[in-house]
Amino acid sequence: MRYLPKSDAERREMLAVCGLGSLEDLYAHLPAETKLDRPLALPPGQSEYEILDYFKARAAENAAGYASFLGAGVYAHYRPVLCDVVASRGEFLTSYTPYQAEIAQGTLTTIFEFQTMICQLTGMEVANASMYDGSTAVPEAALMAMRITGRERVLVARSVHPEYREVLATSARNGRWQVATFGYDAASGSLDMADLESQLNRETACVIVQSPNFFGVVEQLKDAAALAHQVGALLIMVFTEAVSLGLLAPPREADIVAGELQSFAITPSYGGPFAGIIATREKYIRQIPGRLVGLTKDAAGNRAFCLTLSTREQHIRREKATSNICTNQALIALMATVFMSVYGKAGLRELAEQNLAKAHYLAGGVERRFDAPFFNEFVVPCRGRSPEAVNAALLEKKIIGGLPLGRFYPELANCLLLCATEMSKRADMDLVREALQA
Amino acid sequence: MNYPENYRYTKEHEWVCVEGDVGTVGLTFHAQSELGDIVYVDMPAPGTAVKAGETLGSVESVKAVSDIYSPVSGEVVEVNEILKDAPEKLNADPHGEAWLVRIRLAGPGDLEDLMGAPEYLAYVGS
Repeated sequence: MRYLPKSDAERREMLAVCGLGSLEDLYAHLPAETKLDRPLALPPGQSEYEILDYFKARAAENAAGYASFLGAGVYAHYRPVLCDVVASRGEFLTSYTPYQAEIAQGTLTTIFEFQTMICQLTGMEVANASMYDGSTAVPEAALMAMRITGRERVLVARSVHPEYREVLATSARNGRWQVATFGYDAASGSLDMADLESQLNRETACVIVQSPNFFGVVEQLKDAAALAHQVGALLIMVFTEAVSLGLLAPPREADIVAGELQSFAITPSYGGPFAGIIATREKYIRQIPGRLVGLTKDAAGNRAFCLTLSTREQHIRREKATSNICTNQALIALMATVFMSVYGKAGLRELAEQNLAKAHYLAGGVERRFDAPFFNEFVVPCRGRSPEAVNAALLEKKIIGGLPLGRFYPELANCLLLCATEMSKRADMDLVREALQA
Repeated sequence: MNYPENYRYTKEHEWVCVEGDVGTVGLTFHAQSELGDIVYVDMPAPGTAVKAGETLGSVESVKAVSDIYSPVSGEVVEVNEILKDAPEKLNADPHGEAWLVRIRLAGPGDLEDLMGAPEYLAYVGS
């Protein structure tokens, strides 16, 4: 297919076939008030040279040369060059989604590899071909739990990413289901188990928790899973920092794992596109949303890949589909797949250890708001100065500080959420520590 | 294929065989042959209340997923467990071993609207 505008000659030819004299004749049946009676207000065309100048100028506005300690769902990790090299190959880039799936064996192979790696990472038995992002994977996981349990009440921890909870609330708004929240322990920052227990009942479809949670705290999933399972509810484990899975035990206590892969070679890009995941136990496979790639044999007995269990999906099952997502985030998920292949199991563990070590170095000597174990993010109270003032002072030293938490948690209005990754340099971390001790 | 005389048949291709106040419900031979290889059967849990003409569950073949409509109103009292692990039995013996659910009838009314075997055979044109 050519993506070029048609020439005048081609337009005339097409109009002649339709028996029309001009393009205006084609729109003659439209009411006059729906037509624009002036040209679109667009700037005139520019030369290639002018366009290059324009974009160079815009690129120069980027905050180049700044160190960042901002996490909160989007993380500054190193992107191996190989990720872009593979993902920008035409075979992947231009045919990013397989409309005639079985012809695209290469694409299906990478998706199958992706699913396999996600299962290894999460300790689950099946993973789908990816979701739009972590935030949209959460309501999909909740809907899945509701289909499995036949219940319509969702309990979500306040320590789950606030914007993920907003997406969940948006999904629930026009559905029949309800979302309630339970708190976090004021001292440790981990789940308030008593609050969870008091709100759980036989109408609860699922309990949604995040680990490491929004405050960076590593949750103990075992107790939350036991409480949920006692009343027949499922446990959904959410993650925003995929690197943590290189070190932490796979969340096998969970029934569904929903998460975000931005940490795996996906650029922050103003917040997207990212890639999400949903993984679960095999017994729930028919309730998983989205597409699944399976391994099969072709007519000649050769190893081949295919889309499988498609009868769950919208293009076959219409309004009775398990979900209205019937695509996947193939190209972005491919970057994560290459990332996982580049690092491997041992490399990912080493990467996670570096994150842990640097974050704990950064936290050394400063006051922490919560005392539970943390991975690469933690909350600090700002004394004598507002979090915004601390950030402003850091910005002068070419350092992007942490996230002021007041916007999401009024009770933490004096707090900053800080993040260190393998990219954090000692000199910058020392400057941040100084700023917080001042 | 034998279409038992004592079964009643629906236009949506289910059958029901009533003994006392319990109706055994299944899918017709014609339906399974149209669907092709059946790979999954989704049934309601025992205790579920169902209404005649409304969705009872679904049956999934390699080609498509089709809803199963309840021929009668009542409460599901038993689900055929063998279909969970061996859905292909629905292709092999749809009028016998591979029944779907047993429903305790809410009343006797529904059956009169259903077809007898000769009528159903004429309906499917065989």
